[in-house]
Amino acid sequence: MKVPIWVFVVVAVLATAFVLRIGAEELDQSHQTERIADDPVGRLKVFVYELPSKYNKKILQKDPRCLTHMFAAEIFMHWFLLSSPVRTLNPEEADWFYTPVYTTCDLTPNGLPLPFKSPRMMRSAIQLISSNWPFWNRTEGADHFFVVPHDFGACFHYQEEKAIERGILPLLQRATLVQTFGQRNHVCLNEGSITIPPYAPPQKMQAHLIPPDTPRSIFVYFRGLFYDVGNDPEGGYYARGARASVWENFKNNPLFDISTEHPTTYYEDMQRAVFCLCPLGWAPWSPRLVEGVIFGCIPVIIADDIVLPFADAIPWEEIGVFVAEKDVPKLDTILTSIPPEVVLRKQRLLANPSMKQAMLFPQPAQPGDAFHQILNGLARKLPRDKSIHLKPGEKILNWTAGPVGDLKPW
Amino acid sequence: MKLSQQQNCNTRRNNSFRTTGPLDSSVDSAFKPLASFFWVVLHGLCCLISLVLGFRFSRLIFFLLFSTNTTSTTNHYTVPALLRTTSDATQTLTLQTPPVLITDTPSNRTNPATTSSRVVVGRHGILIRPWPHPNPIEVMKAHRIIERVQREQRLQYGVKNPRPLIIVTPTYIRTFQTLHLTGLMHSLMLVPYDLTWIVVEAGGTTKETAALLEKSGLRTIHIGFEERMPITWEARHRMETRMRLRALRVVREQRLDGIVMFADDGNTHSMELFDEIQSVKWIGALSVGILAHSGNSDESSSLLQKQEDEENLPLPVQGPACNSSGQLVGWHTFNSLPYVEKSATYIDDRAIVLPRKLEWAGFVLNSKLVWKDIEDKPEWVKDLDKLVADEEDLDSPLSLLEDTSVVEPLGNCGRKILLWWLRVEARADSKFPPGWIIDPPLDITVPAKRTPWPDAPPELPSNENVSGAQERREKPSSKTGRVSRARHSRSKRRRESRIADSQVSGRHAEEK
Repeated sequence: MKVPIWVFVVVAVLATAFVLRIGAEELDQSHQTERIADDPVGRLKVFVYELPSKYNKKILQKDPRCLTHMFAAEIFMHWFLLSSPVRTLNPEEADWFYTPVYTTCDLTPNGLPLPFKSPRMMRSAIQLISSNWPFWNRTEGADHFFVVPHDFGACFHYQEEKAIERGILPLLQRATLVQTFGQRNHVCLNEGSITIPPYAPPQKMQAHLIPPDTPRSIFVYFRGLFYDVGNDPEGGYYARGARASVWENFKNNPLFDISTEHPTTYYEDMQRAVFCLCPLGWAPWSPRLVEGVIFGCIPVIIADDIVLPFADAIPWEEIGVFVAEKDVPKLDTILTSIPPEVVLRKQRLLANPSMKQAMLFPQPAQPGDAFHQILNGLARKLPRDKSIHLKPGEKILNWTAGPVGDLKPW
Repeated sequence: MKLSQQQNCNTRRNNSFRTTGPLDSSVDSAFKPLASFFWVVLHGLCCLISLVLGFRFSRLIFFLLFSTNTTSTTNHYTVPALLRTTSDATQTLTLQTPPVLITDTPSNRTNPATTSSRVVVGRHGILIRPWPHPNPIEVMKAHRIIERVQREQRLQYGVKNPRPLIIVTPTYIRTFQTLHLTGLMHSLMLVPYDLTWIVVEAGGTTKETAALLEKSGLRTIHIGFEERMPITWEARHRMETRMRLRALRVVREQRLDGIVMFADDGNTHSMELFDEIQSVKWIGALSVGILAHSGNSDESSSLLQKQEDEENLPLPVQGPACNSSGQLVGWHTFNSLPYVEKSATYIDDRAIVLPRKLEWAGFVLNSKLVWKDIEDKPEWVKDLDKLVADEEDLDSPLSLLEDTSVVEPLGNCGRKILLWWLRVEARADSKFPPGWIIDPPLDITVPAKRTPWPDAPPELPSNENVSGAQERREKPSSKTGRVSRARHSRSKRRRESRIADSQVSGRHAEEK
């Protein structure tokens, strides 16, 4: 049989390509999980601007509650960078510039942050750094990063419609934003932003750990509001109706342990549950994701188009279950049809201590924690091409854009 | 977001709504009063109409007004599903107010490459499926998932390489035997490890006990011990010790492998106990809760309580005592001094039954300790045959050891109490139907030897009181409603017709 030799060659090439492709996929996956363990020290240098204390210390002194609420990441990031080995005192060799301005620390008596002054505060800080140092004007902020952990990030509003109307603060268009909010194709999420988890107090969670051999007997667990009767009494606005749908469909289902109560054993109960619901609220992100990961409860994420924290380092698809908002009435079918091996696999991935560490902001910082993941994210953007440096005289940012109220000095 | 935060959110948002915000530029102040008056009137009118109609029609109006010129049909999220409204059960079509977002879509028609959010801001329908109740097949699937998860948890965090257990129980036929053995049997049936149950029965093996053991489905070795159980507690404890040694001899002869645990039939065991004893290496000690129970309800307990108030009542626990570094330093025994005068001598005394200094139940052994010849037998254990031959007063397994410091304290160094010791018995001469099955009821029952009642039965009213204060006596009633009394010195034929009337069951006041 005369088979031309080139056939063999072609087959061999195809075979190797196939094998390599599979190998590359595996490598990619393992590459992804290896990224959590990357060490940013030595890969980047961060310069911390010295702002007057009215931007950070005085605000914190006025209200120390800012250290414990879920937006505390901005403060802890500042403290971490001040004593971190990636910090450099020489701005000429810095890759990234950090501006410590606590925009989410203007709290109501009940503890919720008011975002009305934040745009002016940010603008004032940027004006300061652009006039006192030459680095902002060099790149118009392209090598600067800011931590904006508020509901909709740098849109600085808690109501989604108003936030979309305002859009990201025009001065921050070129900077890298480190924020908790993440939703694809949304005005308030820039390309290249780094999504971080909301702050959850590590000691409080450690104090409520129960022995790991306590059998998990709750199938689905959720505690929180389903209807926000103060702001949205008829339902339909809050959580885009998803939480209300969960309640109406599953309040009689014994597999679903859902209620609006505030039990003192909330953390312990999470450790006794197999699945924990993490539906969106007024904003798509929630501290429940962090709590679920810490306590080994598989997060069931009900938020369309959400961008989860450190999505390039943590394989959320393999850890959690994603349910579209329109599929909420079929939630029990979806969850019970997951094969037990898949459930066990997800639990095994969740038990990985590096995953838990990556969600926390411990004091003092530990290797592999959320601070390091943020720095890893920043390091992955290096090296930059020189195009971000503006030619002399070139201006991209419009300093007078935005609502008139924002232009007032702070 | 937490509840409080949400509530606060609403006050915050309400605040923001009320204050139009310093950022918004206000309308011409001249038109303000006219416009506001007009809106108030319109608002009032709409309220009245809504009251009459029974639902808020404003949304409907908006939809009808604006649906013609809306270009956002592609992004509409309308769901004509059953909706929960604040009014009752009116079927309102919930529709979406024209969303603010759709400023981009007209321009995007031409180039679908530029993305706009799939997710729309605004009011959405609440999706409820027509039958929002659990599906039984799915419930079963969920339970299977939970079971698999728990099995995996046990594999990962539970005991690795579990060893088989050998349970040694001395027993004898008596009224309360079924009660005690059933409880113990059920506990043992729940144990997830391999188990061999050695039951030593005083007075020889009996069919009733064997039938009971058969119901368990466990692997049992039923041994007869050729002496009858004596009637004093002292003698009974000693005999039980001998019975346990007999069982240990069987372990030795058959070279049974595993962990030997002494489960007396009166005791109660928790399931964690069986997990905990898997960690014993040679010999371990556990804390035993002592339930020194007094049968007499009225007098002695009140006296006792007064004493309790005066002195600190001793902790009713027997077990190993550790120092702060977790090493065994001694033994904590139950302080029986307050009860010594009132303690029971005979098995059926209505007084407090006291335990020994250290009960056998609080110890577990590796079965290799009683085997005859093994290579790595530790030096500090005495040979079983020698012990029995010496006829010492073996009060606890500690006598098996030369050196008692090698005992491993279990249960978090004795801090966790995983089993409880209790002795409750009926009168020694009490009769009960064998196998607890009523054959044709006996006409005449043999009068109890130590009955305080006269032998000749006087006339009795139909509602009879039978003494049962000390013993919790089961009154098994047959299907015909007749009751056969366990201890009853009088019965007549005409009683039977009366018995049919009076359904006597349960506990009655003491009759004197």
